[in-house]
Amino acid sequence: MSERVKKIVMLVPSAAWLALFFVMPLVIIFIYSLASRGPFGGVEFIFNPDNYVRVIDPMYAGILWRSVYISVISTAICLLIGYPLALYISRQSNAYRNFLLALLIIPFWTNFLVRTYAWMFILRTEGLLNNTLLYIGVISEPLQILFTDTAVIIGLVYTYLPFMVLPVYVSLEKLDHNLLMAARDLGATPLQSFRKVILPLTRPGVISGSILVFVPCIGAYITPDILGGSRSMMIGNLIQNQFLSARDWPFGSALSFVLMAIVLLLLLILARQDRKEEEA
Amino acid sequence: MKKIEPARWMLGTHAWLVYLFIYAPIVVLVVFSFNQERINAVWTGFTLDWYVRLFQDAGMLRAIYNSLIVGLISTAIATVLGTMTAIGMSRYRFPLKRVFDSVLYLPIIIPEIVMGVSLLVFYVFIQFTLGTASIIIAHVTFNISFVAVVVRARLAGMDPWLEQAALDLGATPFQTFRYITLPLIKPGIIAGMLLAFTLSWDDFLIAFFTAGVGSTTLPMKVYSMIKFGVSPEINAISTITLLFTMILIFIALRVEGVTHATKTMD
Repeated sequence: MSERVKKIVMLVPSAAWLALFFVMPLVIIFIYSLASRGPFGGVEFIFNPDNYVRVIDPMYAGILWRSVYISVISTAICLLIGYPLALYISRQSNAYRNFLLALLIIPFWTNFLVRTYAWMFILRTEGLLNNTLLYIGVISEPLQILFTDTAVIIGLVYTYLPFMVLPVYVSLEKLDHNLLMAARDLGATPLQSFRKVILPLTRPGVISGSILVFVPCIGAYITPDILGGSRSMMIGNLIQNQFLSARDWPFGSALSFVLMAIVLLLLLILARQDRKEEEA
Repeated sequence: MKKIEPARWMLGTHAWLVYLFIYAPIVVLVVFSFNQERINAVWTGFTLDWYVRLFQDAGMLRAIYNSLIVGLISTAIATVLGTMTAIGMSRYRFPLKRVFDSVLYLPIIIPEIVMGVSLLVFYVFIQFTLGTASIIIAHVTFNISFVAVVVRARLAGMDPWLEQAALDLGATPFQTFRYITLPLIKPGIIAGMLLAFTLSWDDFLIAFFTAGVGSTTLPMKVYSMIKFGVSPEINAISTITLLFTMILIFIALRVEGVTHATKTMD
């Protein structure tokens, strides 16, 4: 076989597969996003940007805003919880470190739905948390946590915490310990050396982690669907709604593209930062 | 270092609280799958009833069967295509290589919901009947990327001189591939395969958009049960799913162990 034939045999099948089943569908929904909804839920191909304008209509902008708000809060909590954890892990011996990292990642490979259901089981009014709190007398009425934004945030933090810990851990790992010694020798207190040395040097890790958590949060569907109430809708739920209930495929397509644009933009920033890091 | 003692103590406590936060829900879920009480989260006694019920539920068995079929077939196709892509990408130059490289990563990073709806629209557009085949196609599509990434990482760590040496010693290109390249990247292929199966087995959202009548997968079945409300049967099927994934992870780690062993041999 000539090199040319080999190249074709190796690469064309998957390239064709992805072109047909990945690129084509995206092209189709892009065309749909510029079309209009027909009177009976069909699609009329009169091209206009109306669907994109509708995204910022107050009725939908609220859901968009809520998605960003919930994702920002979840990312911030992941950072607050994840940074100290990464710091702790980075200070352990080699073997113990690997053990702690594995312990962090293993649940990530288990079924997403199951992990979300676990929180439903714990947080509901007759759930374990309320039963326990009632039993020890901290509360007299069960707390309504399930089907609120709080439940959604708990679910998102629970799911994506490893995405924050790992990049922060990597940047802590790269830290030159001589710098810490120097800071201490020059009379810095532990808090000062954390604020003036460790924190600035691990900023790339914090940024990477924040983007890696924010991106799946903003595109979340299952977590708000199961743990959130009807008022905790996020973009993902709105998209699903347009396709399966409202039957406004053009608007659903436009929303999908807006979501994809947000995600790709953030990941592009991440890629550029990583490249700069490598050059440095 | 004495000064940072209190900080260290706090960090340690924090770490164990986080691990408690991570594992407690899973443990609670498993423990309550053996609980007699149906409605309340109160322990009333040990039972295996919920497991027995699962295996008497024809819909559940059907969903497990569907998930296995989808998982096995999509994994087989994606492993072959993904491995070929990884080898091709590491070896050849061609026009638009950078574009193809980006497209190859996209299924990993774009939101699942977008992939799900775009495939739904596509299937409707070409009038493809939704069913097991449409889920398999969807799963192959994202799994090609995952397999390719894992195998490429393995190829990147391979010594290119080994292939060269085989060729110099008179091996044909096929023999070189069969006896040198393939054994060296095998752990990568197996890891990619296990990853692909796990992703297919666990996928709810993409199947949700691309499934038809009678092709309900296990996660879809679990989802509809969850929507109906909390029940011990869900705890039981969750426990089984967790156990199954743990076994897969264990195998993957063992394979990884083999990878490390061969690396030290190099």
